[in-house]
Amino acid sequence: MKPHAAARENRDRVLRIALPVAVLALGLTAWEVVVRLDNIPPYVLPAPLLVLQTLVADRVLLLQSLLVTLTTTFEGFLLATVGGIGLAVLFNQSRLVEYSLYPYAVVLQVTPIIAIAPLLLVYLPQQTAVLVCAWIVAFFPVLANTTLGLRSVDRNLADLFSLYGAARGQVLMRLQLPSALPYMLAGLRIAGGLSLIGAVAAEIAAGSAGAGSGLAFRISEAQYRLNIPRMFAALLLLSVAGIAVFYLLSLVNYLALRRWHESALAAER
Amino acid sequence: MAAATAASSNVLVALRGVGKAFPSGTLALAGLDLELRDGEFVSLLGPSGCGKSTALRIIAGLSEPSAGAVEWQAGKGGHGRIGFVFQEPTLMPWASVFNNVLLPFKLKGAPGGHAAERVTAALARVGLANFGGAYPRELSGGMRMRVSIARALVTEPALLLMDEPFAALDEITRFKLNNDLLQVWQTLRTTVAFVTHSVFESVYLSSRIVVMAARPGRVYAEVPIDAPYPRGQDFRTSAEYAALCRRTSAALAQAMAAGGEQ
Repeated sequence: MKPHAAARENRDRVLRIALPVAVLALGLTAWEVVVRLDNIPPYVLPAPLLVLQTLVADRVLLLQSLLVTLTTTFEGFLLATVGGIGLAVLFNQSRLVEYSLYPYAVVLQVTPIIAIAPLLLVYLPQQTAVLVCAWIVAFFPVLANTTLGLRSVDRNLADLFSLYGAARGQVLMRLQLPSALPYMLAGLRIAGGLSLIGAVAAEIAAGSAGAGSGLAFRISEAQYRLNIPRMFAALLLLSVAGIAVFYLLSLVNYLALRRWHESALAAER
Repeated sequence: MAAATAASSNVLVALRGVGKAFPSGTLALAGLDLELRDGEFVSLLGPSGCGKSTALRIIAGLSEPSAGAVEWQAGKGGHGRIGFVFQEPTLMPWASVFNNVLLPFKLKGAPGGHAAERVTAALARVGLANFGGAYPRELSGGMRMRVSIARALVTEPALLLMDEPFAALDEITRFKLNNDLLQVWQTLRTTVAFVTHSVFESVYLSSRIVVMAARPGRVYAEVPIDAPYPRGQDFRTSAEYAALCRRTSAALAQAMAAGGEQ
């Protein structure tokens, strides 16, 4: 690489981090200043520093709740992964099963989860209901992407497999699933964020029923008590959790594909 | 003119009156008669749309003829007895070069064992002994095609089918691969059926050229290339080569005229 091109790339990298940080700092400062100058009471709008103080002061409570929500998210994600990939393989192997079940997968996907959650809470124990919500929201992108991936096989490679008399299972394991991996991982990356959303939506719904201890429950609880700073603190934690989930899955994606797939290659060539 | 030589040689596989109609109604082949004899290097030469790739796929068993029959010498047909090289290298991008070449054994099992040694030997044969651990995308186009050839030959098939394998490569790489392919062919004595639309490539490589005409695809003429092997740069620049190219070009031009306008 030419030296000035390298320098430009370096500057680009610094800017990509520095600019959003600067915007954040600017926004927070403006927020803090406005709250102080206008003497806005904390139950209307808490200043950023107060939110931070609340986060530190309530850390045990909030982190415990975060753990509950993250556990649900993770379980929902795991079930979505197994369910989504499993169903996609099943659909791929049997057209009859696909025709029979696919419409209902779509129905589950397009019905807003926040509308399903109260119903699930009627019939299921709360923790299970929350988990089911996380699963419902998260499994569809895994299913849809894996289905697409299983069909996106290089036709010449498929011919090659049949030339060597490959059995159906061999085609699935050695050709279709590896071909589908990039699609699958893209689906998982979406599913990670969605299962957090599903868990939160269900916790909010459950929270109004008066039970639960997840982070979203803390938010609605704080709302009833007009503890606005804690609402913000809990929200902040949820955002951070969402970002962490996204980057963790991006890392998995990169590690799995970096040696062979176009999407994970360095720009240099 | 084919019948006289066919009787004296051992026919490995023969297409007899093969026709192929696609569901769309396109008649890709009609009344195609073609014999491939043990150890020969046959090029199928023709304009696009003359069904040469379809013929190759029918020989490979990847496509069923809608008329006629494919007859194999006893015990020579079937899975694992045919190597196929596509126009693209068609490698599994997620697998290393070694594992790509190992694929036929993974699918069929290695008769007599020693799969790993045979893969190593196949890679050495195409000059890629040190690249077993590389991934396809880390290789150049020419090297990927070599991997593809190594994979097709690793099972030591009776017949190697090649569908315009070098069409996408630059001329320098193509010449190099032409030479290397001839060398491998002379070592292994595998029968080769090579689809191409290049007169020059077909004359350089083949012991016999089958010129095909389109609409519907059929054999139009045969041009035997009697120049002795090994062939090299001397042959490529010889008057004999030029004369053979001229003859083949003329046959191709007639075939295209017979097949109607593009």
